[in-house]
Amino acid sequence: MKSLLKPCDRVNDSRAQWVLGFLAVSLSQAAPAFAQSVSPLSPTNIFAPISTPADSIFGLSKFVLEVTASIFVVVFSLLLYSLLKFRKKKDDDGREPPQVYGSNQVELAWTVIPVLIVVALFLATARVIATVQNAAAPRNAVEVTVIGHQFWWEYRYPGLQVVTANELHVPVSDPKHPTPTFLKLLSADTDHSFWVPRLAGKVDLIPGHPNSMWIDPRETGLYLGQCAQYCGTQHAKMLLRVYVQSPDDFERWIEEQRQPAHLSAAVEKGRHVFETTACINCHAVAGTVANGRFGPDLTHLMSRDTIASGAVPNTPENLRKWIQNPDATKPGSLMPSMKLNDQDLDSVTAYLATLQ
Amino acid sequence: MATETMAWPTPRVASRPFVDKLHDWVTTVDHKRLGLMYIVYALIFLVIGGIEATIMRIQLIRPNNDFVSPQVFNRMFTMHGTTMIFFAAMPMVFGFANYLVPLMIGARDMAFPRLNAFSFWLTAFGGLLLYFSLLGANGLYGAGNAPDVGWFAYAPLTSLAFSPGHSTDYWTLSILVSGFGSIGTAINIVATIISMRCPGMTFGKMPLLVWLNFVMSAMVLFVISPLTAAQIMLLIDRFLGGHFFDTQAGGSAVIWMHFFWIFGHPEVYILVIPAFAFMSEIVPVFSRKVMFGYPVMVGATVAIGFLSMAVWAHHMFTIGMSANANGFFVLSTMAISVPTGIKIFNWLGTMWGGKIQLKTPMLFCIAFLFQFLIAGLTGIMLAAAPFDWQLAGSYFLVAHFHYVIVGAILFAIFAAFYYWFPKMSGKLYSETLGKWSFWLFLIGFHLTFDFMHIPGLLGMPRRIYTYEAGRGWEILNLIVTVGAVFQAVGVLVFVYNLVWSYFRGKPAGNDPWDAWTLEWSTSSPPPDYNFATIPTVRSRRPLWDLKHPDDPDWKYE
Repeated sequence: MKSLLKPCDRVNDSRAQWVLGFLAVSLSQAAPAFAQSVSPLSPTNIFAPISTPADSIFGLSKFVLEVTASIFVVVFSLLLYSLLKFRKKKDDDGREPPQVYGSNQVELAWTVIPVLIVVALFLATARVIATVQNAAAPRNAVEVTVIGHQFWWEYRYPGLQVVTANELHVPVSDPKHPTPTFLKLLSADTDHSFWVPRLAGKVDLIPGHPNSMWIDPRETGLYLGQCAQYCGTQHAKMLLRVYVQSPDDFERWIEEQRQPAHLSAAVEKGRHVFETTACINCHAVAGTVANGRFGPDLTHLMSRDTIASGAVPNTPENLRKWIQNPDATKPGSLMPSMKLNDQDLDSVTAYLATLQ
Repeated sequence: MATETMAWPTPRVASRPFVDKLHDWVTTVDHKRLGLMYIVYALIFLVIGGIEATIMRIQLIRPNNDFVSPQVFNRMFTMHGTTMIFFAAMPMVFGFANYLVPLMIGARDMAFPRLNAFSFWLTAFGGLLLYFSLLGANGLYGAGNAPDVGWFAYAPLTSLAFSPGHSTDYWTLSILVSGFGSIGTAINIVATIISMRCPGMTFGKMPLLVWLNFVMSAMVLFVISPLTAAQIMLLIDRFLGGHFFDTQAGGSAVIWMHFFWIFGHPEVYILVIPAFAFMSEIVPVFSRKVMFGYPVMVGATVAIGFLSMAVWAHHMFTIGMSANANGFFVLSTMAISVPTGIKIFNWLGTMWGGKIQLKTPMLFCIAFLFQFLIAGLTGIMLAAAPFDWQLAGSYFLVAHFHYVIVGAILFAIFAAFYYWFPKMSGKLYSETLGKWSFWLFLIGFHLTFDFMHIPGLLGMPRRIYTYEAGRGWEILNLIVTVGAVFQAVGVLVFVYNLVWSYFRGKPAGNDPWDAWTLEWSTSSPPPDYNFATIPTVRSRRPLWDLKHPDDPDWKYE
């Protein structure tokens, strides 16, 4: 089982990854690509895997591409040859060429060979399906429940008593001692799909139909993706941000996320506005009366780099603009504008800015 | 006899009022007129669908563009997909079948002429109903306008909770209504082919176009039913308090997917098999050779017809089916590539050793071969389920299916237009304009759909009204949009060619291509009754036998 989980040969991978990725983007990004040749050609390149499920897919894709490319070369050459060799010549005598009705041997040949190719492709594919889908969660796996909403991601770490939104943190996984993260995928409303290409293939979040997937990223960093199943007006801005951290950083983050909300006397006014307006119907702030679950948990809002599920950076101006009128940032978002006056808006923003 | 000449007065026939001519067309039951109406209707919706696509492409030309709002964009991709599949491609295919099948089997009309007319008008009404949604209801957000749930309308997005108002209902009803039209025409085609072939034309002597439309029609009879059932269940959910697909009340979102794709996958074969039919008639004529492997072509098509009903869940590889279920659909999907590949080889075999004439219809056929090959190969990539876990729902998938529907099906339809235009109109089209339309459309097609594969490989999902900068998608989207412009011009040149040639083209005569099937034995256009005497045939190419009495087909078949 362990050998099945072993990532493919790294040297071949990176070379193939470069060839494929370079071919993919070189046409478009010529000069800048050379300048940026060290950084990934795209942060969401499916041919740049850093986690075993994505690795397995990449390995299979190379085999499939080799087979299909060979078929293309053979058939295209035949097509080109027949066009060049059998064109009607200028000095044609007007007689019809020999009428060939068929050939049983030829038909047999070009039936049997494709069947054999299909068998080979099927076996290779079935193997990868089993590797990825039937992997059991080891004891030390981090378990996360992902709940898709229109148009944001809820993350719960049931074993660690953490509830957060939109930015998923997971520990890096050393290939020699893997610490994968297993995700349970649920939906609160319509269909969604979790797709971070460098980590794994996409898996849908379907209400009433729980799914699961796993990742074991081997390099720390931020990995991007987005919802990949049309879920309504703002499907396009239901972005994914996965922070892969060292074990220590991850522990620290978990500890911070478990704390109840910071309480600061300076923003008493803002907290009062927040708690007496409809905000608390949708949002939760741990340790206060706010315990709504329709919208993202805001207890540690300021620990996130972005708001509105990755749509804009988490700055005071963006936060204020968002609260004032979410539609201006993300038209069709389900958060209504609360029509606060300027002072209330400023005080609520100031309050939220203390939710580290 | 007297030597003076007398001026003989030219008889003057009063021309009939326009209203009378219009009445003739509206009340016609003639398969040729209905065929032409289907084709013109489809062409109009092809252009409308193209405008919807162009709006999307302009919006996606750069990241965070604001050409249209997300609400409008989401309506555009829904309407574009629904229009193109149900009101452009299907009517186009039925139109050509309607026109050609009776002529090719030596019959005077379809088996049920009034059912034919009724089916056309149902389809036409369905399309108008879909577009009436733009004027339809007023009311809540998202309610008073065109549907915005995607052309396959996954549940529970389509439930009342997430799609209030009536836009989804217009989508549902228009497809329900036109579905009955499709069933009517399919019944007609099957009955006509079974019972009205001329003397001597056994099933083994029918032209391949007739065989393939027979298989296509049988498939329609099987697969429209699940779609109709799903639409009715959705209406029950939305209007009568049902919960078939209402997951909040224990209904199943996955069941909608099964019902839809059991229809949806065979549907694309329903569209492509008539394209194969056009290829099988046109390639032999312009290669001056008999179709290579007729019995194998028939067998492969029947195999495709059956197999296509066993592959549908390859559209559902990401929804969390078991490894065994995924494995089954990988195998069935890859298996269907075998008979499909055999067809490509047989067309190549027909061209091999021939005398290929590069007239406009043949140019489109050659492009079909190249593009259908590539489409099939990207299909194999998608059939490998884990690879599909990356590629599904992305622009790679969008590029793949447009490669099939535009690169193969539409190119074959253009070939069919050019090939049978002389028969239908009595005039020759302009070969120069034809070649211009071909090259413009070809360049546009490849600019758009070749490059469209790449953003998919780089993580760009479909159905997004905008995208983030810095993902490596920007310049690719720009190129894709530029290609759309070339395609639009190509289509305009094509339409202009048809209209200009209809009025100013040289007379075509019965048989401008020196072809071999029965429609070329009638005048261009054929008389109302098609054939003065019903012909008797002895082989698959009755006109070859007439033109080569010393060397007839029936000696060798």
